[in-house]
Amino acid sequence: MSRPSKTGSRAALWLLVLPYIGLLWVPFYNMREPALFGFPFFYWYQLGFVPLTSILIYIAYRSVRDDD
Amino acid sequence: MTTEINPVALSVFIFFFVLVTVMGFVAARWRRPETLAHIDEWGLGGRSFGTWITWFLVGGDFYTAYTVIAVPALVYVVGAYGFFALPYTIIVYPFVFLVMPVLWRRARDRGYVTAGDVVHGQYGSRGLELAVAATGVIATMPYIALQLVGMTAALKALGLTGEIPLSIAFIILAVYTYSAGLRAPALIAFVKDIMIYIVVIAAVALIPSKLGGYANVFASAEAAFAAKGSGNILLGGNQYVAYASLALGSALAAFMYPHTLTGIFASSGARTIRKNAVLLPAYTLLLGLLALLGYMGHAAGLKLDSPNDVVPALFQTLFPSWFAGFAFAAIAIGALVPAAVMSIGAANLFTRNFWKAYVNPAVTDAGEAQVAKVTSLVVKVGALLVILFLPTQFALDLQLLGGIWILQTLPALVFGLYTRWFQAPALLVGWFVGFFGGTYLVWDAGWKPLHLVSLGGTSFTVYTGLLALAANIAIACLVNVALRTGRPATA
Repeated sequence: MSRPSKTGSRAALWLLVLPYIGLLWVPFYNMREPALFGFPFFYWYQLGFVPLTSILIYIAYRSVRDDD
Repeated sequence: MTTEINPVALSVFIFFFVLVTVMGFVAARWRRPETLAHIDEWGLGGRSFGTWITWFLVGGDFYTAYTVIAVPALVYVVGAYGFFALPYTIIVYPFVFLVMPVLWRRARDRGYVTAGDVVHGQYGSRGLELAVAATGVIATMPYIALQLVGMTAALKALGLTGEIPLSIAFIILAVYTYSAGLRAPALIAFVKDIMIYIVVIAAVALIPSKLGGYANVFASAEAAFAAKGSGNILLGGNQYVAYASLALGSALAAFMYPHTLTGIFASSGARTIRKNAVLLPAYTLLLGLLALLGYMGHAAGLKLDSPNDVVPALFQTLFPSWFAGFAFAAIAIGALVPAAVMSIGAANLFTRNFWKAYVNPAVTDAGEAQVAKVTSLVVKVGALLVILFLPTQFALDLQLLGGIWILQTLPALVFGLYTRWFQAPALLVGWFVGFFGGTYLVWDAGWKPLHLVSLGGTSFTVYTGLLALAANIAIACLVNVALRTGRPATA
């Protein structure tokens, strides 16, 4: 497996800050519109962060050296 | 909700209960080690669980039966505010990804089994070790009791009321956990989690179509909250900080508990844990959808004695009895996995950080395993007695405090992985302030985990656990600075 550079790896870890910002600043999403499939924004925004966070952690996972 | 016995539902339930009971006993032979008479084998499954076993085990014991009952119940009562469980179980995973592999490696390299072992190894302080271990045990006990609350709700919906069915189920669990150790819940978790996935997917796919779609579900809930005069499907302006701080504090506390740490220590490698940080959010999606059952309860116009009945009553009302039986079996079995892992985690702490530390330092490997096995029995019987003889509210209040208590072990457990700056006395004073200060604030607020803070003219409510953690860390830093300046020669 090709190893990303050290700076690339650090940058990928910074992605992990995004879920904290996106979810802990409530004014970003405490609203009704735009609704999606009947879900108010408040609900689908937070549910959408589940796959998004999974993807961000996966990117970080790929950047970490396998050291087991 | 009816509490008549339905023969079809009961038969389905009994079939699955017997299935997992057989699996629980067979588990002693699964991935058979040379001997089970070693705490690494009985209490950590030989530290050999790969990605999928870890996924099912941690998923099965982090998302508990109580969660399945209580999160929709809270959403049913208060609305959007009850949804804090969703951001909580999302932001926990970047933390798990970054911290837990480091902790796992430290534990594997030095043969640590518990958080108390890690702290003792790092600081060489029996006092700090005891604080961390005792906090773990007392925070876990009420959590086990609450699994029984979840189980009671499922049994009640099947028409099995009274103390006998609950006691039988729990005693069977205690016996196979005694014999097979962590392998029992690990094996049962496969069945339990697959059942829960089927139940929730069926519920979120089929129930809204019977209730006029999701738009109608949200509209009915909003109308119900308006009629009741409390609750809302969006947060009020004064709830923002409480919502965010509950999510953050709970996320930091989640993997300090003995049962979640046991799942981490039992995995086969740091890479296994990182992969699980990617994969475990699947359970969070499930939890988020499950929480919506609270709103579906309003849309279905359920009349409930207790909010905890919202999930069982929905299944009874909207599904054929065989599927309702399947759903109740999933919830009841869902209580067994976390209860088993929690009792094992508590037993490991007692054995390593109390028995071995104070009673018998020369205990053999086999002796350790034996002490842990007996302790796991005692812990489960204790939880059962609490539920049978004390008001449920007592367990609820204690579990709430448990979250605040366990969060206070974070500095001692985690900081040492990254820095050698802190000294044991400083961390112990910090723990003391956080633990007792947090407890006082909760008591002072009438057993509510939220505290009103006034800052520059504006006031807001904050999760007490997070406030206590901030005080804990600040005091630990101050005392540490004082210690270092007082004794520069030893620095």
